Amino acid sequence: MSTLQATHRDAGRVTVLDMSGRITLGEGSALLRNTVRELLEDKRTSILMNLADVNYIDSSGIGELVSAYTAVKSRGGELKLLHLTKKVHDLLQITKLFTVFEVYTEEFTALRSFK
Amino acid sequence: MGSDTKHLETTLKTQVESVNLAEEMCLRVAEEAGFGEDDCYRIGMAVREGVINAFHYGNEERPEKKIYLAIDLTSDKMIIHVLDEGKGFSLADVPDPLAEENLLSTSGRGIFLMRAFMDEFEVVSGRTGGAEIIMSKNLPRASGSQPNGQGGHGAAPQQEA
Repeated sequence: MSTLQATHRDAGRVTVLDMSGRITLGEGSALLRNTVRELLEDKRTSILMNLADVNYIDSSGIGELVSAYTAVKSRGGELKLLHLTKKVHDLLQITKLFTVFEVYTEEFTALRSFK
Repeated sequence: MGSDTKHLETTLKTQVESVNLAEEMCLRVAEEAGFGEDDCYRIGMAVREGVINAFHYGNEERPEKKIYLAIDLTSDKMIIHVLDEGKGFSLADVPDPLAEENLLSTSGRGIFLMRAFMDEFEVVSGRTGGAEIIMSKNLPRASGSQPNGQGGHGAAPQQEA
C-alpha cells in the first residue's frame, strides 16, 4: 500500500500540487491536510491538485479533499482537481462531489481557468 | 452454516493500523475466492469503511475497546462482519451524504460507500451491544460477474431509505 507523497511547483500564480499514492485514514489524510495548510500559510490560494498518481481514496481522504476545498475557498481562493484516475473519478461521481469540484483533464486548460 | 462455508475471524485493536490490516486480510480472501480486480477494490473499500466506522464512531478511538472482524465464504457469497464495542446506531439516523446540505461535510460517507460497493448491507445490534455491520458480495460465478470484476455489482449507489 503506497504511502502518499506530495510535492508542489509554481505554474505562474497557480500552485500545482502533485500527489501520488493513497489518500486514506492516517498518514495520507494528515499529509494532505498539512500540505494544504502550509500552502495557505504561504498565501498560495490558487491550487491545482494533480491526482494523476492517486489511485485510491477512502472516505477519510474524501473528507480531507472537501476540507481543503472549503479552507481555500474561505480565503477567497480556488482549489481545482486535475487528472483523476478512473477509481477516483467514479468515487467523486457517486458521492456527487463532481458538482462541487472543478475537474480538468488538461493542465493547460486547468491553469487558464483560474481567476 | 453449511459444511462448505469457510470461516475466518480476528480481533483487531482500536487503532488506525487495523484499517489496513482488515483490508489486506479481506483482499486476500476475495482474491482467493475468484473476485476480479474491480470487485476486490469494492470489497476492500467497504471493509475499510466498516473498520473506520468501528474505530471512530463505534469505539470512539478508545484503545481498550476491540473490533471484531469475521469473514464467511459460502458457496455463493463472501460475507463480512464488523463488530464494535460502542453503543450501536440506527441506519435511520445516518444523514444522507448526497443531500445538498451535506455535500461539503468532511465526514459521513462511510455507510453510503459500503452500501454502494456491496450487494447486501445491514447493521444489527451485536453481541457486544455495539453495532455489527454485515455486508456481502456475491461470488463471480453466482452473480454473473466477469472474472475481471465488470459484473456491475455495486457500481451504482443505493439511496438510503
